[in-house]
Amino acid sequence: MAVTAPVRKPRPMTPARRRLRNNVVAYSFIAPNFIGFAVFTLGPILFAFALAFMDWDGSNEMTFAGLRNFWRLFSDDVFQTALWNTLVYTALTVPLTLVCSLLLAVLLNQKVFGRNFFRTVMFFPYVASLVAVAVVWNMIFNPAMGPFNMLLVAFGLDPAHLPGWSADKNWAMVTVILFSVWKNMGYYMVIYLAGLQGVNPELYEAAGIDGANAWDKFRHVTIPQLSATTFFVSIMLTIQCFKVFDQIYMLTQGGPGTSTLVLVYHIYNEAFISWDLGYASMVALVLFLLVLVVTVVQFRRERDA
Amino acid sequence: MKILGRKVKPARILVYAILVATAVTMLVPFVWMLSASLKLSKDVFSFPVEWFPAQPVWHNYVDIWTKVPLALFIWNTSKLTVIVTLLQLLTSSFAAYAFAKLDFKYKNALFLGYIGTIAMPWQVYMVPQFIMMREFHLNNTHLALICLQAFTAFGVFLMRQFYQSIPDELCEAARIDGMNEYQIWWKIMLPLSKPALSTLTIFTFVTTWNDFLGPMIYLTKTELKTIQIGLRMFIAQYSAEYGLIMAASVVTLIPVLVVFLALQRFFVEGIASSGLKG
Repeated sequence: MAVTAPVRKPRPMTPARRRLRNNVVAYSFIAPNFIGFAVFTLGPILFAFALAFMDWDGSNEMTFAGLRNFWRLFSDDVFQTALWNTLVYTALTVPLTLVCSLLLAVLLNQKVFGRNFFRTVMFFPYVASLVAVAVVWNMIFNPAMGPFNMLLVAFGLDPAHLPGWSADKNWAMVTVILFSVWKNMGYYMVIYLAGLQGVNPELYEAAGIDGANAWDKFRHVTIPQLSATTFFVSIMLTIQCFKVFDQIYMLTQGGPGTSTLVLVYHIYNEAFISWDLGYASMVALVLFLLVLVVTVVQFRRERDA
Repeated sequence: MKILGRKVKPARILVYAILVATAVTMLVPFVWMLSASLKLSKDVFSFPVEWFPAQPVWHNYVDIWTKVPLALFIWNTSKLTVIVTLLQLLTSSFAAYAFAKLDFKYKNALFLGYIGTIAMPWQVYMVPQFIMMREFHLNNTHLALICLQAFTAFGVFLMRQFYQSIPDELCEAARIDGMNEYQIWWKIMLPLSKPALSTLTIFTFVTTWNDFLGPMIYLTKTELKTIQIGLRMFIAQYSAEYGLIMAASVVTLIPVLVVFLALQRFFVEGIASSGLKG
């Protein structure tokens, strides 16, 4: 019984009409995200570049400042300290985190008892709320009564010469760096673990036949094989370090004095404490340039690879 | 060397020694926090550390809820996190579908807009963004934080990468079967992209839940505060009430711990596959 249903012929569409319709459909997919993105991200980014060359306190009239904010960077000691501190923080945090996370990844890539437990434990500080862990960290490293210094005394250190941690201008940066390494190394360990999955096991076998011990294998197989991962991790870490703020705000508030004041902290102070929005944006521009340099390095290397 | 009658290489012992030492370093602050949260403030710093308080002060966990609107802070944070995550998933996957599977005018230019900003630190444009939000009268609203976190280049980029790995023939076949683009997105792409969606969910969840500087700039009214800045306010107000501060800290860590343990697998896979989030 072959009853053919009356087929309604689709109205033939001209190519131009079809193209128009396809565009409209595509834009309807993009619009919800793109409108939000354009208004709340793209707009402010363009505004930020313009604001760096303005004088504005946020309520009175905005005036054009030319390069005045730029020249001010050179006479602003606090800015120079902040830039220096940011670079010091980065220069120490990046290699320390890199070494710790690589070491953990290599150890946890082997068959060890409780491997998943260890991985979970190493990763947990990364997801833990910063405020909660920073406050407990400051209590443990309280110079006068914290358990860590008490332990040092118990080991026979002179109570008069204990490290002052976040309350001492010579130790504050060390405290912040140690905290950052502790909190973030689990994250980079996971990236390294993924990188290790890509290392060909035959390379280790071949090295073993050649009589290489564990250290030789680590130096001559693991490290060269992981060079792409290491590069990627260093780039990410460097950018993260340039942007550091939260842990410094919680641990030292940039102090004592200006010993842990970093760029984002300076931006925050200039903008939301002094309401010097133009100058704050100029400092932000410096942060942008730092990140841009690192991104360009990454981009070139990826292009050449 | 022999342990429990089995031959153990010294190198093996070193491996375990390093692992155990590191694990202890990672965990001690949390254990100390937990034990301090069950002590009177005057006993928190007694040394040697009493890891298991003989008389646990459970009352700390009752008091925190009345000293500070902790429940409200948790509610605010949960609300923000859920809304941001849903908006992020929905709009990113929607936009990513067009970028991955459709052809249209200015496609490359628009996508470049996203890519060009993916490396742009938020801290560079947080000031003008705040001024703009203030012009819209959105400071001291949750809407401001939703707007600035829900539409990210990262979300679109991550979803597009995933959609590109799905063969175009699947979409073609569906089109021949008479599905329109919206149906293809809803019935084919979304169900297929569960791994990418869960990665994005976790990243967005953790970022929003743990966000600090954003809420600090935007929310000055106590009743609007999120758990991070609420906890900070509590610490500033009761700076000597160590036991209470620790109890409040433990409470704020629990939701993250639960989500993390439940979704850990996706978490690790997500980082491993994208490794992007900055």
